[in-house]
Amino acid sequence: MTSTQPVPKLVDQFEHGLDAPICLTWELTYACNLACVHCLSSSGKRDPRELTTQQCKDIIDELERMQVFYVNIGGGEPTVRPDFWELVDYATAHHVGVKFSTNGVRITAEVAAKLAASDYVDVQISLDGATPEINDAVRGAGSFDMAIRALENLADAGFTDAKISVVVTRHNVDQLDDFAALAARYGATLRITRLRPSGRGADVWDDLHPTAEQQVQLYDWLVAKGDRVLTGDSFFHLSGLGEPGALAGLNLCGAGRVVCLIDPVGDVYACPFAIHDRFLAGNILSHGGFDSVWKNAPLFRELREPQSAGACGSCGHYDSCRGGCMAAKFFTGLPMDGPDPECVEGYGAPALARERVKPKSSVDHSRSAPVMLKLLTKPPARLCNESPV
Amino acid sequence: MESGTDAAFDPDLGWRLHHQVAVRPEPFGALLYHFGTRKLSFLKNRTIVEVVNSLCDHPDVRTACRAAGIDDAQQAPYLHALSVLAQSKMLVPQ
Repeated sequence: MTSTQPVPKLVDQFEHGLDAPICLTWELTYACNLACVHCLSSSGKRDPRELTTQQCKDIIDELERMQVFYVNIGGGEPTVRPDFWELVDYATAHHVGVKFSTNGVRITAEVAAKLAASDYVDVQISLDGATPEINDAVRGAGSFDMAIRALENLADAGFTDAKISVVVTRHNVDQLDDFAALAARYGATLRITRLRPSGRGADVWDDLHPTAEQQVQLYDWLVAKGDRVLTGDSFFHLSGLGEPGALAGLNLCGAGRVVCLIDPVGDVYACPFAIHDRFLAGNILSHGGFDSVWKNAPLFRELREPQSAGACGSCGHYDSCRGGCMAAKFFTGLPMDGPDPECVEGYGAPALARERVKPKSSVDHSRSAPVMLKLLTKPPARLCNESPV
Repeated sequence: MESGTDAAFDPDLGWRLHHQVAVRPEPFGALLYHFGTRKLSFLKNRTIVEVVNSLCDHPDVRTACRAAGIDDAQQAPYLHALSVLAQSKMLVPQ
């Protein structure tokens, strides 16, 4: 668009932050029926401080006032909250669209029919393997079948364009075509995102993240076949592998600028991959609401300032990758102003080989290993030890 | 132009925002979000925002542009931007 005054590029505008996020992620609960090895939020057990139904509705009211057009609801497994559908209905009635991520546990035929009747709800089913072997190794026994059943129920109910959400790993990167075929079978859209070393992901990242060769393979696949595949802009660290603009999307880190995360207790983090005190901007309940945290949190103001290219300043690719993902660097113990651990120029590997200290998780809701109860091996010494009567 | 609702963008006719589109003001212009198609668009200056918001008050697009201070000789880039919005169903015929 021509105009008398030069208009700064949109990306530059975004780097200075917007008055409200474009999209935000809201983890409604840390409770989860699964225990995926790479869970970003280290979910498992419900947090007793979880926001109440009314507190959630108050946040939705605020999002409506701020014109946040839609929220990505996740968890944990959000559908296990007893008020989940009530909150979805409340959000859509208040002009806040909902896209929610689920492992499929509650997507029965009845629920699928209800979802198919709504224009304002998107469903995203998580699947990390196109076969049960590869998926269940990461997400747990039976999780592949559960996800497929949910997709079948949605398709049978006439729900169109569900999303199949895949975290790309060393073991499923060869299955990208299979995932695309799976999506086509259920009238769904494929969404693939980057494996982050966040949450429990920190423990498995070294073994699960795609190798350097696989990163190239992934990039080539995206350029060749990615035009109908969603990525949430998550592979911008790869954009230096080809021509600028070859990868769809804005290719910038939106943390605290155009995106953020609200966690189940109302804590606001810079992005969904950064649940750690280092990236905690404030709490909705104790800091005067979400709008106030978004606009005034010192962390967010800092993120909206020009960032130093640091060690990457002399690299010709800096303009395309911007130093990569903040959370990926932080959780692998790399300096924040240095290369991404998966830097396409290969600067990540020697950085990872150096001595580094991985920050310990400061928020962990993982279930501990089950404690096995034992049956008595000998009869009670006296009858009243067993029965009080 | 497959169907009646997909009419080609004609600036001599009246247009308006689709009822499922929300406009969010921003320092650089505005964000548009279509709740039906779930597409996001950006208006990159405030003049185009003014035009978009006032389309429904004018009998045709050119009149809306003039009212926003864009005389006929300067309208081409604005009409192009509006035609792109029409293609993505953000704008519909009045």
